[in-house]
Amino acid sequence: MPAKLEPIVGRYMTLVLGGREHRLYFEEAGAGIPLVCLHTAGADGRQFRHLMLDAAITSHYRVLAFDMPWHGKSLPPEGWQREDYQLTTAAYTEMVVAFGDALELQRPVVMGCSIGGRIVLNLAIEHARRFRALIGLEAADFQQPWYDTAWLNRPDVHGGEVCAALVSGLMAPQAPDVSRHETLWMYKQSGPGVFKGDLYFYRVDGDLRPSVGAIDTKLCPLYLLTGEYDFSCTPDDTLRTAKSIAGAEVTVMKECGHFPMSENPAQFRRYILPVLDKIRGAGAT
Amino acid sequence: MSAAASVDDEHAQLLARFEQLPRLVNDDADLVRRGAWVDLQFQVGLDVVPYHLTVAGGRIASLDRGPILMASSRFQIQATGEAWRRFWQPVPEPGWHDLLALTKRGAARLDGDLQPLLANLQYFKDVLAAPRRLARAGH
Repeated sequence: MPAKLEPIVGRYMTLVLGGREHRLYFEEAGAGIPLVCLHTAGADGRQFRHLMLDAAITSHYRVLAFDMPWHGKSLPPEGWQREDYQLTTAAYTEMVVAFGDALELQRPVVMGCSIGGRIVLNLAIEHARRFRALIGLEAADFQQPWYDTAWLNRPDVHGGEVCAALVSGLMAPQAPDVSRHETLWMYKQSGPGVFKGDLYFYRVDGDLRPSVGAIDTKLCPLYLLTGEYDFSCTPDDTLRTAKSIAGAEVTVMKECGHFPMSENPAQFRRYILPVLDKIRGAGAT
Repeated sequence: MSAAASVDDEHAQLLARFEQLPRLVNDDADLVRRGAWVDLQFQVGLDVVPYHLTVAGGRIASLDRGPILMASSRFQIQATGEAWRRFWQPVPEPGWHDLLALTKRGAARLDGDLQPLLANLQYFKDVLAAPRRLARAGH
């Protein structure tokens, strides 16, 4: 019986970030408008595999997802053993821009979830002209913390297990079991301290409340979609953020939580397809 | 039935549901397997009613309605009656569907030594959610 090969292709690239070489892994599928997908904290690009397998998307979009350094199949930089990983707003912004430039992507759409949704807001603030459109999933300019990140990396608590158990409640009860546990598996696989390091950006360095008002959606349309069961970035957090951004379009997704693309791909599809169609339609005029 | 009697009845039902926890957990081989390293006493509060639970190898060895004088517990999980009622709905509403959603909204609190709770967090989340299965079964 022949192998059931998927159309997703994975490759490695060397990218200089913060003056240091990084070996970065990324996957892609499809052709057309580049759509760069940014995974959540402590996870990796596999979260977007269902989009890459959806012909309704890949017939119009070149869908790309890279694993951030320290995540998935991307390595931490040389010398990582002598430092604590901490993601910053500047480093994350540089990473997304550098990835697009390295692949010579022409005005890509960027769609990020959670920390990826937060950095999308910063891309809109600092680099709007570079992008065709920006999509923030579970995105807000700030959120109230709901646990102490000190628990995420200490020797008497298994990091993978506690990270997965913490985020498990962010999914909607309607998430199919197989998708729920696939989403959790990525958290269980994450390297020690990586989720915690990502949350440095989320909680300490990435408060965008003072600056989101500068976003000009005429330069780059901004779509914000948040799951109703996400109690980390709540629909109210997203709606509050959008109030400061004229022209931002908000959708609250029913029966979705913090990981819509991986926890319930079929439900997410109902919400993201019209957004992608609209972006494509705007480009055609 | 008077309004007060109705509230009392609802409260009694809530306690009765929670008191089925040993059977619900111990009959769930997967849950017991995942709690194999858990051996401790902890406390759960339903409104003002404290329950003392002993876990041995993932099984609920005992569940006693308190107050019990001088009972030890590693940690305590306390929530309002409304929180537990909404948490145990077959399909709970957003914001009432997870233990940490309850603590974030101020409807529940965690006290004591939280290390064993965090080290076995999914196990304890699933133990506390087990009465939801009764609602799904129509009890």
